[in-house]
Amino acid sequence: MIPFKKSLAFKIASLTLLGTAGVFIAVFYYNYALSRQTVLKTVEENTRYLTLATVHKIENTLLGIEKVPRFLAASLENQLYTRNTLLQSIENVLHTNPEIYGTMVAFEPFFFDPDIRYYGPYIYRDNGALRSTGEETAFNYCFWDWYLMPKELGRPVWSDPYFDTGGGNIVMTTFSIPFYRKVHDEKIFSGVVTADLSLSWLEEIVSRISIYRSGYAFLISQSGVFVSHPNKNLIMNESVFSIAEATGDSALRNIGRNMILGKEGFVPLNRNLTGKVSRMYYAPLQSSGWSLGIVVPEDELLADLHTLILKLVLIGVIGFTLLFLVIISISGKMTRPISTLADKTLEIAKGNLDVELPVSKSNDEIADLTTSFENMRSALKEYIIDLKETTAIKERIESELRIAHTIQMSFLPKHFPPFPEKQEFDIYATLIPAKEVGGDLYDFFLLDDRHLFFSIGDVSGKGVPAALFMAVSKTLMKGIASENIPPSSILERTNQELCVDNDTMMFCTVFCGILNFMTGELAYANAGHNPPLIIESSGSKPRWLNVTPEIMLGVMEDAVYSTQVTIMKPGDSLILYTDGVTEAMDHENKLYSNDRLIRTLQTEKSDCAQEIVENILLSVREFVGTVAQSDDITVLSLTFTGRPHPKTPRIG
Amino acid sequence: MKSFMFISILKAGFLLVCILRFPAFCEDLQTVTFLPQWTHQAQFAGYYVAVQKGFYQKRGIDLRMLPGGPDSPPADMLIRRKTDFTTLFLSDAIMLRSKGVDLVNVAQIGQKSGFILVARKSSHIFSPKDLNGKRISLWSDFQIQPQAFFRLHQIQVTTVPQTYTINLFLQGGVDAACAMWYNEYHTLLNSGVNADELTTFFFDQYGLNFPEDGVYCMREMLNKNDRTCRNFVDASLEGWRYAFDHPNEAIDIVMIYVQEAHIGTNRVHQQWMLDRIRDISLINGSSDSMGILSKDDYQTVAQEVKAGGMIDNIPNFNEFYAPCLDDSL
Repeated sequence: MIPFKKSLAFKIASLTLLGTAGVFIAVFYYNYALSRQTVLKTVEENTRYLTLATVHKIENTLLGIEKVPRFLAASLENQLYTRNTLLQSIENVLHTNPEIYGTMVAFEPFFFDPDIRYYGPYIYRDNGALRSTGEETAFNYCFWDWYLMPKELGRPVWSDPYFDTGGGNIVMTTFSIPFYRKVHDEKIFSGVVTADLSLSWLEEIVSRISIYRSGYAFLISQSGVFVSHPNKNLIMNESVFSIAEATGDSALRNIGRNMILGKEGFVPLNRNLTGKVSRMYYAPLQSSGWSLGIVVPEDELLADLHTLILKLVLIGVIGFTLLFLVIISISGKMTRPISTLADKTLEIAKGNLDVELPVSKSNDEIADLTTSFENMRSALKEYIIDLKETTAIKERIESELRIAHTIQMSFLPKHFPPFPEKQEFDIYATLIPAKEVGGDLYDFFLLDDRHLFFSIGDVSGKGVPAALFMAVSKTLMKGIASENIPPSSILERTNQELCVDNDTMMFCTVFCGILNFMTGELAYANAGHNPPLIIESSGSKPRWLNVTPEIMLGVMEDAVYSTQVTIMKPGDSLILYTDGVTEAMDHENKLYSNDRLIRTLQTEKSDCAQEIVENILLSVREFVGTVAQSDDITVLSLTFTGRPHPKTPRIG
Repeated sequence: MKSFMFISILKAGFLLVCILRFPAFCEDLQTVTFLPQWTHQAQFAGYYVAVQKGFYQKRGIDLRMLPGGPDSPPADMLIRRKTDFTTLFLSDAIMLRSKGVDLVNVAQIGQKSGFILVARKSSHIFSPKDLNGKRISLWSDFQIQPQAFFRLHQIQVTTVPQTYTINLFLQGGVDAACAMWYNEYHTLLNSGVNADELTTFFFDQYGLNFPEDGVYCMREMLNKNDRTCRNFVDASLEGWRYAFDHPNEAIDIVMIYVQEAHIGTNRVHQQWMLDRIRDISLINGSSDSMGILSKDDYQTVAQEVKAGGMIDNIPNFNEFYAPCLDDSL
């Protein structure tokens, strides 16, 4: 199984799903917003239609009821009624209009009869029968709204709903219309005709309204008081404004103001009025100034939409899960060869180049990758085989070189002190080849009881050819020197031998000398080699040995060399070196230089040849630091002590 | 029905306590009747609270709360001995006393006038002078303050009788109307009129501070039952203090009474009323002067009533005011 986390399959699946989900959510939200808008639009249409239809229905009833007292009021303006005819008319009103609960004709004080202050016959229903409160009354009706308001406003008025305390605690409203009489051509307010109306029919109409599952209607009076509402406790007690005040809801107060101002609209409601977030359509009842509102809880309006949304979400979740699994499976199948390949290459990386790479049947990028890996594997294998062979050859050469080095070193005298019985001089030399074998050479041996031959040389080039040329030069010189001839002749003859068939055009510089260690007489010749230095026992500054620079060995067959002679005083030291010393380079590519060599020797206190050599080598090592040695380094030091007696310390 | 039961349970509980601990009280419970001068509302919260909290009973009084309203004019009821105690506006009481009705003020609850004139800014009324020539509805019984106000500002107005509601004003039938700050003013707000659409004239700010609600009984009652009067006043003031200290509980009690009487009202309105009654009953928020009638206030009111031609001479303050306050106060 593919490891779940971080696997390519998982990444592909996640990213694909993320993208798809983004698109899905965007489409989903747009769809929801649009659907919601459409639903609300439909709801507005429905509630508007229902509200206006209900308003129309109520208005029709109210207008029908208004007609009766209007007619009576009109009659009162034109006809003179006796007590009997008036009572009869009122009774007729009640007989023919079962929805009217009671009717009163109230006259201005002393108007109907100058002897009667308050004449106001009131006939009402009581258990199916008509009853009268009597025509004359001590009851001063002049200060009641139903009387005063039509009088003062000069128009009919629907009263605010009220509890009728006499009529069995039903909510009533009264329509009152003023009537006037002409007295001396002057229209004088004479009284009011009223019709009391139980609001139970209105409540019935309003409460019958049902829209959606729990939508309902309510009615408020001109002052915002609930006239009809499913919650009976609100009726007559609370108003839209009292609820707005109690809940601190200024939006509701504004809605209420619009309602009692006779406006019409579709508004959102919060929980304060209805307990649920709702939508309301409201419209006025023009005759009474009341307002009808139809409320539908929003969750209900959007219930279907929300169910749909829920289903969509569910489908989405299931779909996405399936999609996820499919993608995981497909990409798993696709990436399996890659992981197999990864395993195999890991083995290759561990060094197993015989691993069988899987054979890809398909013709895709993975197959290409497998082929490439296969090519790489076989190329690697071949390369490693080659490398093994090469390494073996190299090892053999190196081994031969090591042997060559040993042989070369064995050419050189390296037992010190070389002549322990000779106290007249002290000689010491070291050769450090840059490679296994080098082109530098040094040599010394006794010619007889009083003469020491010594030489130093440097073959052009490095490595095996130089080493061989060096071996030849040294051997030739040793053979020639033992014939007891001056140094110039040694060089001339050696040169002649070297120039014979010198096809490689190699050459070498040599300085050689013969010291009569009985007298300190030093004869020497130089074939292009660096001039040696002398440290004198007098303690003066080291100085260059006076040498005539002549041509190197192996260049010109008939080259002539000259022998120069000097006298070494007891305690004098001669320092011979190759250019590996003066041309040693530090990390800044600066040369060790002749000057530095002189400075080093200037501080030399000892006349011990070994110490002098080792101090020079130490100085060179300190100068070059970690920079690899590029040329052979050879130093030879010869101190003439003079007599076989204890060493005299050098004056310094 | 529920509230009846609630009251019954309270009473039963209290009686039980009485029987167990104060047998003497229970045997001597004296029936006393009290008529608030208007229908049940928070204007009388202190009395309802005193009943419900047993403040009367613990002083040996079985208080019968009579239903007030337009059908029970308090002065009438008092003169006809239909009630032992009632509440009256100070100006009304002075007029009655001047006419020879032998009533006495046993405690003055209201210390400031709650009476205001309210006008619509849409009628361009912003200052008293703007009222000139306008139609103003006045309560027939409470004309002294507005008339004095009009005299003071030399205003001529057309007056229209004002009913028990503020509807005529709401319907635009008049430009200004009388209102009690604690009642009709809030009714206007609660009918969708915004406070910033109204101009109000508080009479007490125009030198016409008429303290209003006081507790009254006939002098014979005081003479015969001095102890009862003291107990009644004492319990009533305790009720008021309790109501002001526990407004929510007081409103709960008020709502029991208004619902029983089928009075169309609501909690926010009664809350407003109790808060404003507190404002006009407590001087600087302190109940120290509760029940006291200041002689200066009495003189102010009496002189205005006289100036209004309602009385010929001012009744003697000491005869009018017989405080039945606890000596310890």
